[in-house]
Amino acid sequence: MTLLLQVQGVTKRFGGLQALTQVTFDLPKGQILGLIGPNGAGKTTLFNTINGVYHPEEGRILFKGQDVTNKMPYHLAKMGMARTHQIVRPLNELTVRENVMVGACFGHENQSLGKAAKIADEVLEFVGILNRADQLAGSLNVAQKKRLEMARALASHPHLLLLDEVLAGLNPSEIDGMIQMVLNIREQGITIIMIEHLMKAVMNVSDRIFVLDYGEQIAEGSPNEIVNHPKVIEAYLGDPKLAEQLMEEE
Amino acid sequence: MKNFQKYIGIIIPLLVIAGLLLYPAITGKAAARETAFTILKAIALASSLNILLGYTGYVSFGHIVFFGFGGYVGFYLLSTQGMSLWISILAGGLSSGILAFLLGKAILRLRGAYFALATIGVNEAMRAFINNFDLFGGPTGITLNFKAYLAYGGAAKALEMSFYVVGALAVLAIILSYIIRTSKFGLGLLAIRENEDAAEVMGVFAPDAKTWAYVLSAIIPGMIGVLFFFKNGNVEPHDAFPLHASIELLVMVMLGGQGTVLGPILGAFAYQGMRGYLVTSDFFKDIQLSVSGALLLIIVLFIPAGAIGWLRQRNAILRRVLA
Repeated sequence: MTLLLQVQGVTKRFGGLQALTQVTFDLPKGQILGLIGPNGAGKTTLFNTINGVYHPEEGRILFKGQDVTNKMPYHLAKMGMARTHQIVRPLNELTVRENVMVGACFGHENQSLGKAAKIADEVLEFVGILNRADQLAGSLNVAQKKRLEMARALASHPHLLLLDEVLAGLNPSEIDGMIQMVLNIREQGITIIMIEHLMKAVMNVSDRIFVLDYGEQIAEGSPNEIVNHPKVIEAYLGDPKLAEQLMEEE
Repeated sequence: MKNFQKYIGIIIPLLVIAGLLLYPAITGKAAARETAFTILKAIALASSLNILLGYTGYVSFGHIVFFGFGGYVGFYLLSTQGMSLWISILAGGLSSGILAFLLGKAILRLRGAYFALATIGVNEAMRAFINNFDLFGGPTGITLNFKAYLAYGGAAKALEMSFYVVGALAVLAIILSYIIRTSKFGLGLLAIRENEDAAEVMGVFAPDAKTWAYVLSAIIPGMIGVLFFFKNGNVEPHDAFPLHASIELLVMVMLGGQGTVLGPILGAFAYQGMRGYLVTSDFFKDIQLSVSGALLLIIVLFIPAGAIGWLRQRNAILRRVLA
């Protein structure tokens, strides 16, 4: 089992605020890791630290066996890491196709414009918004923008995909579509870390789950282990019965 | 037909330049050449500024510093060192490019209003420096010995030649703008303009891309500067670094449509046309700059994308045709 990502004792502070404390985990190739925790637990901060937006005060991060602790986001993109944002960041004045082409052109495959346009159309078809390709990205609705974020990340054909709350703000049928898409992406051999608040979804999709609370890891394990973990129930799920219910819903 | 549509984004701009170059010969008036020279110069400068302002999204209030600095360096080589006009023009472009590279490393990490303020500071600092730089003649500047024109067939011939050279530089500026607009490098710049953080996450090396955009936007203004001072026969600090000229360039780019190839050309044309009318009218001649200010305000408030941008936003077919 090859390890794609290794996070070793990562600590991040913002002034007096301890955002991440000694976070450590390994991510084998091909897995989906669910990252959960209450609001403000440091989930997005962990993403930002992994993909180079922030640099940790302590600890190190290895991606494909290489130390990337102090690399910038564009270095990591070039190495094959892609992500979506919790708050979508479309390039509004560019068309949907151009948005996706940016991902393909500047990701680790470094595609030419012509090749990128082809990839863009394939990926847009995969996420189901190919019919919007010539529209300006700013004119899409929220669900479509989420799909666009996904398409941009996928167009780079990444090794590791960081998904930050791709289900938030979607209606139930859109959620089902998005979950299916995540599973399809895994089929392509892409390793995924996903932050998600929707317990049912994250329990269903993830191979393993990692729980953060106040910047500290309080549990790690299979979905089954997590819902029965006393600390998780106390900090996050709140109610053991609710946890049981969640598992039954499967 | 398919090919024609593909290249229409560069064909229309080049036709505009061809029209301007033929205009004096058609009308046969000497003043017409002067008008066309001013418009071609404005087109070259506005198209260059557009690489930074329109494609990359960085507002420069001091872009004329490259015109002045490159102009000074080239004109110094031409008048004092006796070099040919061609070498001087190249040297002017090169020195502006180097200046932009060094400045870019220093101030392009600033974003938004802070970058804009820094560019004003750079322009004023350069003017103050040149004012006290004895090699470039200090406050009185440099004057070209009239004999220098002999190498180009006398003053009249040299003036005529300058007109065609400015046309060539305008063509160069437009082709450069078009190549960037349709290249992968250009796509990276547009991504930076729309959201620099998102662009970096997608793998755009923003610091490098911005610096090169700045360099590419500075070279042609430097070359134009040398030509302009050669044509005038002298250079002084207040001619080389006029802050209001920077702002006029912004108005041109915004008016025609930032981020498009055709926009700055149209904007330069319309603005110079309007200016030509204003400075000759009794009522407006003293307040023509306030008209520009009002115009900028109207554009920013009501059509921030400019004329071409406004059209592109409304129609997908126009988006494909108007580069």
